[in-house]
Amino acid sequence: MKKVVVIGNGMVGYKFCEKFVASDKFNEYKITVFGEEPRRAYDRVHLSEFYAGKTAEDLSMSTADWYAQNNIDLHVSEMITEINREHKTVANHRGDTYSYDYLVLATGSSAFVPPINGVEKEGVFVYRTIEDLEAIESYAKKIKSEGKTQAAVLGGGLLGLEAANAVKELGLEAHVVEFAPRLMPRQLDQGGSDMLQSKIEELGLSVHLSKQTEYIQGTNAIEGLKYVDGSELKVDMLVISAGIRPRDEVAKECGLDAGLRGGVIVDNTMKTSDDSIFAIGEVALYNNMIYGLVAPGYDMAEVAVAQITGNTELTMAPYIDMSTQLKLIGTEVASFGDALLEGEDTDTIVYENKRKGVYKRINVAKDGSKLLGGILVGDSSDYNALFQIYNTAMALPEDPEDLILGSRGGDGGSLLGDVMDLPDDAQICSCESVSKGDICSAIQDGSCNDLGDVISCTKAGTGCGGCKPMVKDLVDATLKSLGREVKDVICEHFEYNRQELYDIIKLKGYRKYDEVLNHHGCGDGCEVCKPVIASIMASLHADTANEEYVIQDSNDRFLANIQRNGTYSVVPRIPGGEITPEKLIVLGEVGKKYDLYTKITGGQRVDFFGARLDQLPLIWKDLIEHGFESGHAYGKSLRTVKSCVGSTWCRYGMDESVSFAIELEERYKGLRSPHKLKGGVSGCIRECAEARCKDFGVIAVEGGWNLYVCGNGGANPKHAELLAEQIDNETVIKYLDRFLMYYIRTAAPLERTAKWLDKLEGGIDYLKKVVIEDSLALADELEAEMATLVDNFQCEWTQAIEDEEMMKRFNHFVNSDAADDNLVFVPLRDQKMPKHWS
Amino acid sequence: MEKILESYKTTAVEDVTVWYEAAKVSEFPKNGGACIKYKSKQIAIFNFERKNSWYACQNVCPHKMEMVLSRGMIGEQSGVPKVACPMHKKTFSLENGENLNGDLPAIATYPVKIENDTVYIGFSE
Repeated sequence: MKKVVVIGNGMVGYKFCEKFVASDKFNEYKITVFGEEPRRAYDRVHLSEFYAGKTAEDLSMSTADWYAQNNIDLHVSEMITEINREHKTVANHRGDTYSYDYLVLATGSSAFVPPINGVEKEGVFVYRTIEDLEAIESYAKKIKSEGKTQAAVLGGGLLGLEAANAVKELGLEAHVVEFAPRLMPRQLDQGGSDMLQSKIEELGLSVHLSKQTEYIQGTNAIEGLKYVDGSELKVDMLVISAGIRPRDEVAKECGLDAGLRGGVIVDNTMKTSDDSIFAIGEVALYNNMIYGLVAPGYDMAEVAVAQITGNTELTMAPYIDMSTQLKLIGTEVASFGDALLEGEDTDTIVYENKRKGVYKRINVAKDGSKLLGGILVGDSSDYNALFQIYNTAMALPEDPEDLILGSRGGDGGSLLGDVMDLPDDAQICSCESVSKGDICSAIQDGSCNDLGDVISCTKAGTGCGGCKPMVKDLVDATLKSLGREVKDVICEHFEYNRQELYDIIKLKGYRKYDEVLNHHGCGDGCEVCKPVIASIMASLHADTANEEYVIQDSNDRFLANIQRNGTYSVVPRIPGGEITPEKLIVLGEVGKKYDLYTKITGGQRVDFFGARLDQLPLIWKDLIEHGFESGHAYGKSLRTVKSCVGSTWCRYGMDESVSFAIELEERYKGLRSPHKLKGGVSGCIRECAEARCKDFGVIAVEGGWNLYVCGNGGANPKHAELLAEQIDNETVIKYLDRFLMYYIRTAAPLERTAKWLDKLEGGIDYLKKVVIEDSLALADELEAEMATLVDNFQCEWTQAIEDEEMMKRFNHFVNSDAADDNLVFVPLRDQKMPKHWS
Repeated sequence: MEKILESYKTTAVEDVTVWYEAAKVSEFPKNGGACIKYKSKQIAIFNFERKNSWYACQNVCPHKMEMVLSRGMIGEQSGVPKVACPMHKKTFSLENGENLNGDLPAIATYPVKIENDTVYIGFSE
């Protein structure tokens, strides 16, 4: 068995292992990997998501046991300090030696720290590893506690801007300091940089261009930057992101050929000047260049695997594409081909729209024959198409400006026309080197049946994800060309979408899941179709989740919200957030009695956490005895109608928002819908109830209420849109009845109202026609259906605790009265919380 | 943590040394699951009434190590009976324990037999 030693466990080092495992010669080799960082390879491209709540584990490229499962020895926290080429061994910092037949250098790069006086001061960081990010985070916390908030990032390139955004996310004022006269100087021209600058300044970041730093001020800790031009910037922290330097120390020491400015020289087989040693990724100097992007690194990993396992025909392409598309601080930026090209043989076409914050530039060959490169700032939705036109040298339209302005002839067709017109070798996913041919043939040869299959078998779209829309188009078009209908069906058990199933169940009057499955589905169902049908039945017949609990989703099944450790949370209804002191005391007593972690929710109610399954009925018995009922916090149903105090107390209030919120919450409580529903009522336009980020929001104005619909907080915040103005209470209810029933009838599973409206053809104007003008002649029907649901409301917890049979499901064991002994709680600020997942 | 996982080992019918009497058939929901205690183990048992078959597996989900699989929804994927964990909808084959929508380690499965309206689970210890 031949021994392969890999130095470096970054993204490219990992990719090398992954490609090796996939090779048919894998069993003939034994791979040993050394990484100096304390953890397994992680996704450095998405490093800044670490501050958005992703853990090191989330960013990890593999599961913990991946290496062991594939018989790869991974040594973390081990630095290789010596290569002995004569004996073909490497030694780590402790002096342990390991022999190799092939050695792969995947040592990557480190952050380049320019030789500026004072970089050693406290508060100066680089932005490269998770440890760097942790150090930055804790320093930011420290200076904030001292009331200091100014932080600079040295470097206005791609990584520098990422770092600046991260610094801003930490609650500091971020300043980007760049030596060049523009941002992202390698990718953008002045116009593109100006547009990007104005977009990020809008978000509160400051940009300082053409600034060369002379030294860093401060005694021990940094206090500011002094520029060569004499001006200065007072800052309390500095993150340096001014480029990368290849980690070539150990390679140079053993005499491998290296470039003048660093990097181990390789040929197109990734071999260094020693035939047994390969270099890949950011340490490799290929074509006299270091490539700081992940895609070429992955290609190098693939070439090295091929060369080592005997497939010597696979070599690195002579020209490496550096096109990029990304979202920087909320702004889409892309550049491709020769983006900055100028000259006699080139025509440059520029479109700039300051109002919309969009800048586009393309460089076209003088004879109009092909696209040479371009820049997109503010809107990169055409990137995939433009990149394909550039990369496959497709013929251009007669007026090349159509490429960035769109065809003004009026057919509105897409830039590329049909994705199927692309040549088979067109590269669709550059991160994973997947061509159009790879994607289409995966479906044509029967190995894949849908988008999910294609992604998992070709890996297309698993890198930066930018190509996913095009991959989907190709999959759909290929399926269609094979005569296979691409239909938005619920799952493998039903050939229908939700709306069709809704109509079928309504028409036939089915009351049981099995009836629907036997007559209209196949197989035994699954965790996707069961809750959808449960929800439809509930929306049609006001069925509670007790009726058929085995088809209910995780939370509905036990009428409570399952939490991190498998215990549940309990939320009683407090309509409109109004509660008497007596009832508040009851809640306190219940929380105390069962030792529950207690928190006020965003919807003006009280949430109790840490209830064991077997405790749920006991807790609810107590609550119901004191006049509480289910808050449906666990259901895809109406949660709360939030209110401000309104004219009952507020000196600005225009109407009684609390009374109306209570009326609306009482009316729609328990209403099962495709997704959860939230409402809000504000007593004036100051909008203290935040009604416009709810599925429905009512705001008191002069002469009545304004009714807004389809707002959303959550991951994609959206303000609700105005449906009707200055209407009275009865009209609000009438319109809401119609709106909600229409949504319940037509939305896809788990589709919030905001997304539903986005997809509704004709948008809010169409919705107004349906709800207000009754253009579909449905209004009576919708109102009657809602009336039935309102009349048939039952508190499902009251129902559950009164029925012995229904209560059975809350026992942890069927053969024992014992409780789950796997639960461990730890103390937290006078309360308790579950022990952390290890 | 690993210790918990190690205590659950897939048991083949031919290796069964103890048929443990778990509970009456009527104690289990139709087309759903429930949990039983056997010594220090928690075992999830599923009644696929539609197919007249029963399955048993460890109650602990190998993803986050919580004792919850018995509370998951059951179903079938391309003919393979499965359970979806209620926490993050990781799905596992109830025939061989394999994780069907990811690369978590397989869960341990146990043989089930029904005699005189009683559910028995087979263990080798």
